[in-house]
Amino acid sequence: MKCFRLCAAAILLAFTICGLVSAGTLEDVRAKGFIQAGVNGDVFGFGKPDEKGVWRGLDIDTARAVAAAVFGDTGKVKFTPVTAKTRFTALQSGEIDVLTRNCTQTLTRDTALGLDFCQVNYYDGQGFMVPKKLGVKSAKELNGATVCVLPGTTTEQNVADYFRANGMKMKPVVIESTADLYKAYFAGRCDCITSDTSQLAGNRAVAPNPKDHILLPEIISKEPLAPAVRHGDNKWKDIVHYSILAMIAAEEMGITSKNVDQLLKSTDPKIQRFLGVTPGNGEALGLDEKFAYNIVKQVGNYGEVFERNVGAGSPLGLERGLNALWTRGGLMYAPPFN
Amino acid sequence: MELEKKHIQQATQEEIRPPVTIMGPMGWIRANLFSSWFNGLLTVLIIFLLWKTLPPFFKWAFVESLWRSDGTACRDAGGACWSVVSQNFRFMIFGFYPHDQQWRPLLSMAILVALLFYSRNRNHWKKLLVYAWLTGLLLMGVLMKGGILGLVDVESTQWGGLPLTLLLAVFGLTAAYPLGVLLALGRQSRLPAIRTLCIVYIELIRGVPLISLLFMSSVVFPLFLPEGVSINKILRAQVAIILFTAAYIAEVVRGGLQGIPKGQLEATETLGLSYYHTMRLVILPQALKIVIPPSVSILISAFKDTSLVVIIALFDLLKTTQSVLSDPQWMGFSTEAYIFVALVYFLCCFFMSNYSRRLERELNVERA
Amino acid sequence: MVDTKDSLPESKTSFWYDPAKRSILYQVVSLLFVGLLGYYLLSNTRHNLERQSIATGFGFLQKEASFEIGESLVAYSAADTYARALWVGILNTVLISGIGIVLAVTLGILIGIARLSNNWLVSRLSSVYIEVFQDIPVLLQLFFWYAFCYEMLPSPRQAIHPMTGIFLSNRGLVFAVPATHPAHRYMCAAFSCALIAVFFLRRWSRKRQERTGRTFPMLGTSLGILLFFPIGAWWLAGAPTAMSMPVLKGFNFEGGLTISPEFSALLMGLVLYTAAFVAEIVRAGIQSVNRGQTEAAMALGLKSGRVLSLVILPQALRVIVPPLTSQMLNLTKNSSLAVAIGYPDFVSVAGTTINQTGQAIEGVAMIMAVYLCFSLLTSAFMNWYNKKIALVER
Repeated sequence: MKCFRLCAAAILLAFTICGLVSAGTLEDVRAKGFIQAGVNGDVFGFGKPDEKGVWRGLDIDTARAVAAAVFGDTGKVKFTPVTAKTRFTALQSGEIDVLTRNCTQTLTRDTALGLDFCQVNYYDGQGFMVPKKLGVKSAKELNGATVCVLPGTTTEQNVADYFRANGMKMKPVVIESTADLYKAYFAGRCDCITSDTSQLAGNRAVAPNPKDHILLPEIISKEPLAPAVRHGDNKWKDIVHYSILAMIAAEEMGITSKNVDQLLKSTDPKIQRFLGVTPGNGEALGLDEKFAYNIVKQVGNYGEVFERNVGAGSPLGLERGLNALWTRGGLMYAPPFN
Repeated sequence: MELEKKHIQQATQEEIRPPVTIMGPMGWIRANLFSSWFNGLLTVLIIFLLWKTLPPFFKWAFVESLWRSDGTACRDAGGACWSVVSQNFRFMIFGFYPHDQQWRPLLSMAILVALLFYSRNRNHWKKLLVYAWLTGLLLMGVLMKGGILGLVDVESTQWGGLPLTLLLAVFGLTAAYPLGVLLALGRQSRLPAIRTLCIVYIELIRGVPLISLLFMSSVVFPLFLPEGVSINKILRAQVAIILFTAAYIAEVVRGGLQGIPKGQLEATETLGLSYYHTMRLVILPQALKIVIPPSVSILISAFKDTSLVVIIALFDLLKTTQSVLSDPQWMGFSTEAYIFVALVYFLCCFFMSNYSRRLERELNVERA
Repeated sequence: MVDTKDSLPESKTSFWYDPAKRSILYQVVSLLFVGLLGYYLLSNTRHNLERQSIATGFGFLQKEASFEIGESLVAYSAADTYARALWVGILNTVLISGIGIVLAVTLGILIGIARLSNNWLVSRLSSVYIEVFQDIPVLLQLFFWYAFCYEMLPSPRQAIHPMTGIFLSNRGLVFAVPATHPAHRYMCAAFSCALIAVFFLRRWSRKRQERTGRTFPMLGTSLGILLFFPIGAWWLAGAPTAMSMPVLKGFNFEGGLTISPEFSALLMGLVLYTAAFVAEIVRAGIQSVNRGQTEAAMALGLKSGRVLSLVILPQALRVIVPPLTSQMLNLTKNSSLAVAIGYPDFVSVAGTTINQTGQAIEGVAMIMAVYLCFSLLTSAFMNWYNKKIALVER
């Protein structure tokens, strides 16, 4: 009986303690001193630890930019690998504060799943990769093919739609983990693998023999990959949103991590406002006035981040394409920072 | 006839020796391998199969194998590539745990093994052992987590590999045991409401696969908590394993409780002992002793079941191995890596099950 | 807790020490506790769902699933509803568990008997098998077999082709089957008739044996009936011999029947793992029958086959059936690990559904409900069977 009472008391106490911790994400993050970001963990160029265990990738740098904005320190972010299945619940439950896991923005996810998507950090589209020796030149020739596809993704729906629309048949092979899926493809379990082209390129880059695989020209879907936060926390959403936009705006204004210190002395009022020399932006977001300066200084502008992780100089060697600035025919466009 | 004559001759000189066809190696072979035409056929068939499979396997595993090389060298070799294990050994065993801090999980594993070995001897089964275990487990927890005594704080998200596997199994069983005993008592209770609750719980959990509970812990459970509260992934998986194991322990303990003669219960009632004292002093000590061997088997299955946390992306031993295998350099050497992991699991389970069998024998002898 | 002994001499027991009242109190408290906990969790959940505007309810079942499923026993396309997709998953689970149980029990019995064989080599090998396969997690075995299937086997164009109509490649095992013909339906019907006939024949022969003591050659006759009926039906329907031959067309084989690597790996892993446990159960069951029984039966002049079937097995079965039931259930539950190697069983399909609709609670509830049904059905059947053999024993 004593034991029972003790247990009851302990449980009650536990619930009371639990009940106390609850505020906006920004306050929570400030209180615990770091941001918990949900990332992929398997995709080279977007989110994967290197051989020393240091996380690298475009999505990683996006999360670091948010940390730079909030804390002025890119080190104050911790990464949790999440699977396609657990990513949304991890966010909904508060296990992670922001989801930067090459995640496609869709209507259902934005509404029924209780998420809010921020600025797109990579415009992608779904494509196919096939072994060169199959001699396939177009996705239209894939009738009857065995297709490796990640379950529970927009990719899975798109490929089913595409084959249906073209009156073709397919046999899907679905494996939960991205790494295992590519392993199965490279071992020849499937005739082709379908995913976002950036992911395909990333995995081809690290394949045992990259030259043996080609990407087919068809792009069958729109995949705006964007970080997501919990629905209803507008303040936090604004912070993540404008952290990414700050990287894009910096590229528009020609501010890089190299010249940002010199440009602090710039007389251009736009740049002064952006870098927080003229205060206002930071206060509006509830951040330090130097948040944009910190992002550019510590992470770089969008162009730098792109080049470093996935651009022509990296093993992925991707073109800017849709991800170029709007001034160069791309879709990256930042609203005025004032 | 010749033979018989010879025997008779010999018998006159010395004592009669049994014919070689019954005694000695020949006799043994005849009795155990060729006792009938069917057995003979089986023996020949098996020897043929072994001869066909074993030498190539040894050649693959030991003769032509590479033990310390990189992936490219392995691709050219004909034999097994054990380098996939040796080159990634630390990552497979410790996962993402910080490199310079890996002595800590190593030490906690050593503590665990020492405790297990100490508990093997039944002369050590005293109150002291319980305290030793509690201190040991606490120490392991502190070593893993750090944050005090000058140890660097290591987030549980960085835990992985074999220590995680062991931790999930050992903490799982330790926490599940009291719960299981309570459930078993509840199931035997005379109070209908409590009995029903316990039966529903036990049957519900035993009816569903562990993986559905793990899904529940990883995707549903967070929704049960109040806003802003979150419990980390490993703890949630641990809770799922505890709840799952408890139901099985309850069934085992119930078996033990049913093994106690009813007379004992009646005797305690006559003595006027309360329910608590009856259980604490009379019934449980006997019942729990009976169920020690089956409890070890539950520990074994809990240990094996922890491998399912792969499915919710926890980096246990199996997941770290898979992670190594998805590295392009080591792609295609799954067989070697999986054999290594299988060996680790096998050794652990084999020792435990052997121990449980020995214990069962000893306890049986004692009772008889 | 105060010792109850002190309160005994008192003529009037206080409320707290009246066992009847106290037991009611305990029950009320525990029910209240569980109820409150449930209510607390439920209200949290409702609040969370509302706050994050996550959809609820089972309305999604009627929506278009829009994902393909690799293998299916019934016609299915991405245009079908979620309900249909889940149904496909359930059927796949039933298929794998059904075949798995039959194979695992057969293999387990063989190995269990081999374990007791007086051939040293056979019994050693079986005990090694039992130890090894029991002590390696089933998930690891699945991964091993799956990796084995697609890493070791060649691509379809270099498929292993041991004889006409059989191809083995990393797309699975493809073999020729008779082309669809109405005769097959008649054959099925004839086979069912044969089964019924055998059942009644068996009842009659047993009654006759009890009455007159004369035995009837049951095995030969029933085999004859079981074979003759379908073959007769096939012959009457025009004896179709057309075969559906697998041909490499484009990427994959067309025609014939394909057993995918996922299915084979899952089946292999589950069967080999469970068979090890079944073997132990069978061994224990046979050993539980007193040796004197065998000797007595032999002394009566029964042949060793009859000793096994008439004396040992009926007694051993009583010991074997209950743990065997739980192994069957374990196999069914373990089949949920299919999700790890990409076989579209129920858990896998439900997982995809959860992911696309975001309705985790409904999804996990369905998974649990379906497996509970399987468990209850299996144990109900085995309980019935257990009762039956208990009666036979008399």
